[in-house]
Amino acid sequence: MLRLEKRPQPSKAWTWATPLLAVALTMVAGGILFALLGKDPFVAIRMIFFDPLFSEQFGAYSRPQLLIKAAPLILIAIGLAIGFRAGVWNIGAEGQYIIGALCGAGVALAFFPTPGWYIFPLMILAGAAGGFAWAMIPAILRTKFNTNEILVSLLLVYVAERILAAMSLGLMRNPDIAGFPGSRNLRHYPSAHNAEIIAGTGMHWGVVAAFIAVIFAYILLHRHILGFQVRLAGQAPRAARFAGVAPTRLVILCLGISGMLAGLAGMFEVSGPAGQVNIDFAVGYGFTAIIVAFLGRLHPVGIVLAGLLMALTYIGGELAQFMLRLPSASIQVFQGMLLFFLLAVDLLTNYRIRFARKEATA
Amino acid sequence: MSDQPLLSLKGLTKAYPGVVANDDVSFDIRPREVHALLGENGAGKSTLVKMIYGLVRPDSGIMAWNGQPYAPDNPATARQTGVGMVFQHFSLFDALDVAENIALGMDDPPPRRQLSRSIREVSQDYGLPLDPGRLVGELSAGERQRVEIVRCLLQNPRLLIMDEPTSVLTPQEVDILFATLRKLRDEGTAILYISHKLEEIRALCDTATVLRQGQKVATCDPRQKSARELAEMMVGKTLHQPERDTSASDDIVLEMRNLTLRSAHLFGTTLKDVSFALRRGEVLGIGGVAGNGQDELLAALSGEARSKRDALRMLGEPVGHLGPNARRAMGLLAAPEERLGHAAAPDMSLTENALLTAAWRQKLVRNGFVNWPRAQGFAEAVITRFDVRTPGPHVVARALSGGNLQKFVIGREISQEPEVLVVNQPTWGVDASAAAAIRQALLDLTARGGAVVLISQDLDEIMEIADRFAALNEGRLGTPRPTRGLTMEEIGLMLGGAGDMEVAHAQA
Repeated sequence: MLRLEKRPQPSKAWTWATPLLAVALTMVAGGILFALLGKDPFVAIRMIFFDPLFSEQFGAYSRPQLLIKAAPLILIAIGLAIGFRAGVWNIGAEGQYIIGALCGAGVALAFFPTPGWYIFPLMILAGAAGGFAWAMIPAILRTKFNTNEILVSLLLVYVAERILAAMSLGLMRNPDIAGFPGSRNLRHYPSAHNAEIIAGTGMHWGVVAAFIAVIFAYILLHRHILGFQVRLAGQAPRAARFAGVAPTRLVILCLGISGMLAGLAGMFEVSGPAGQVNIDFAVGYGFTAIIVAFLGRLHPVGIVLAGLLMALTYIGGELAQFMLRLPSASIQVFQGMLLFFLLAVDLLTNYRIRFARKEATA
Repeated sequence: MSDQPLLSLKGLTKAYPGVVANDDVSFDIRPREVHALLGENGAGKSTLVKMIYGLVRPDSGIMAWNGQPYAPDNPATARQTGVGMVFQHFSLFDALDVAENIALGMDDPPPRRQLSRSIREVSQDYGLPLDPGRLVGELSAGERQRVEIVRCLLQNPRLLIMDEPTSVLTPQEVDILFATLRKLRDEGTAILYISHKLEEIRALCDTATVLRQGQKVATCDPRQKSARELAEMMVGKTLHQPERDTSASDDIVLEMRNLTLRSAHLFGTTLKDVSFALRRGEVLGIGGVAGNGQDELLAALSGEARSKRDALRMLGEPVGHLGPNARRAMGLLAAPEERLGHAAAPDMSLTENALLTAAWRQKLVRNGFVNWPRAQGFAEAVITRFDVRTPGPHVVARALSGGNLQKFVIGREISQEPEVLVVNQPTWGVDASAAAAIRQALLDLTARGGAVVLISQDLDEIMEIADRFAALNEGRLGTPRPTRGLTMEEIGLMLGGAGDMEVAHAQA
């Protein structure tokens, strides 16, 4: 019989080994899934994990996509991770991402077609402010009325999606093209376009922002007293109050930071890779970022690696859909499995498995 | 006493990774015997009784029940054989009533009406009055213990194991409990009584087995030994008695005035009109049975619970409205009762836990940035000065034994040289030598001009180091009286809420 025994200290080795083990298990279970769908599992796995980077046929297109997809994931996941460390569960990053994009695009569309160097910085501020404001709704409801931020932030995603649809079909619709939903394409408005900084690499301002966010989060969590308080509040709320941490301030801080970063991610996306506000703008980065945050152990450096890996499954998944005609749902299941296995094997960090006879259960 | 032992233990050995909890322990428990199991924390008492109660299987060694081999697989088997156990930490649900709680702990509970009747009968028979319909959340610690005892008695045990039963009781409640236990013994039940309170053991027990570091040191008649001899058997060395130097002045450092504060918890206690003044250099002992407002009083002093500005004054300044760190800056420090999760974060290193309360006072933080080498230095200083046994400051708090973590927590506060230190249950669950070291450290602090508020349920501790004593009862604090010359009976009356009045009713 298997028996779990609590470790006196969390295992350092397993902390880093569990994400890798989870990826391996996902490949196995995903392979079985693909085989049941009648596809060659080895080809499918190779197509998801290796072809986007190394295939001559697809690599030139896929490699820049890696940064394009990873940037919003990392940016959002960094913010979420700070909250998750503190035990503040912002599940609605997708909504903050949408509102950030709408605010950023709104600034651009308001100035159109005036040229000006100040327009893009203004859009950045608007995107951050939009995400921040949307996250303040669950923050204030929680601190004033003790509502559950998981529910409120999640439900606000659906409100944000409605607003996105309304904007795409109404206020922000491109007046020059009748009959189609969606705003003007910001790629054709140089002052507002989040263009590639180095052509052909996928490197845009959102990547830079993600990079800065990673460094900022690392310093905050590991060098600053505020980061210590965040971790303390998540691990031992009573000890945190004893240490003088005000829970209200912490909730606002965590939701504020994560909302702001999600809003920024949305703004960089709408002004760059997506190009326009449209009904299909939200593709689930805000939800996938939750997986990225946990896969990266809520650690900034881990999140970078996890973000790149998840981006890879996005690109490889699209490739597999296209080449092997795998249903898109099976790719989502595949990504979900990753979180599932991670949470399952996470147990090994704090427990060790003992093989023992049944009677010896203590 | 009959010659046939009821339960006989032979060569019981149980090892855990890194530690041998019990090493070749053998002794007999006879019917009609109150048998004490004596030992410091970590001596292996818990592991031993867990083996008897079927929670842990020995690695080697055998047990015999009335001469028959006895090897319980689980507590249910142990209960069927006739072993009952009352744990030190109650396993009761606040939101359920007494009868529901008792039914939950039975293997085969009878219908509700019948159960309530037998609860009334048994509790009357043994002098432990209990209303089956009351919510456990509303009961005092003593009443909760009755629930646990009655739950055991309903199963008609032949051997009753009691783990530190008096740690939560007033002296009067202890008397009632002892009367019950003697009555049970006279009816033929054997009792295995775990405690480290030597006087109690000498008053109640017929035989005592002393454990030290997993091994049996001796089985003796405790009435033939002095408390000091027993303590030395337990610890294995001569005990250091804290030295007391009464140096209290008239200079008031901390004053609480008419503080009334609702508890943050549903089943908490509201503090009612609490006033006291603390003088420089004194230890003010605040006694009382658990759940009478100790946690709330500590929170009101530490700053976790804020009150009106003027309800609390520190060195003449109003501080009632300030949070914990502002109070720490003024020299008002606290060490709560619950070590893991309140005084320390279980999964954080000792360095991080040092930062938890010492961040500003020890200048471990500059411009918001943590100076980790300095924090580690402070943690190391606490570890060395207070003899905390641990491989180093990188170890997480929960990996330390209770006594060592408590030395770290108290040491962390004392090392910050507070003007006023508030401690709640500073030696709870701590072994005798660590407890003596902690008490000495508190007295040393007062000798340097600090003042201590000692909230404790251990009356011996209060009598040993406090200059004045006040009782906390249902959120009200009695008038402090000098400890010198107080008798246990007077203290009992104060704890019962009688205060200074000469009230004759002693029985609860």
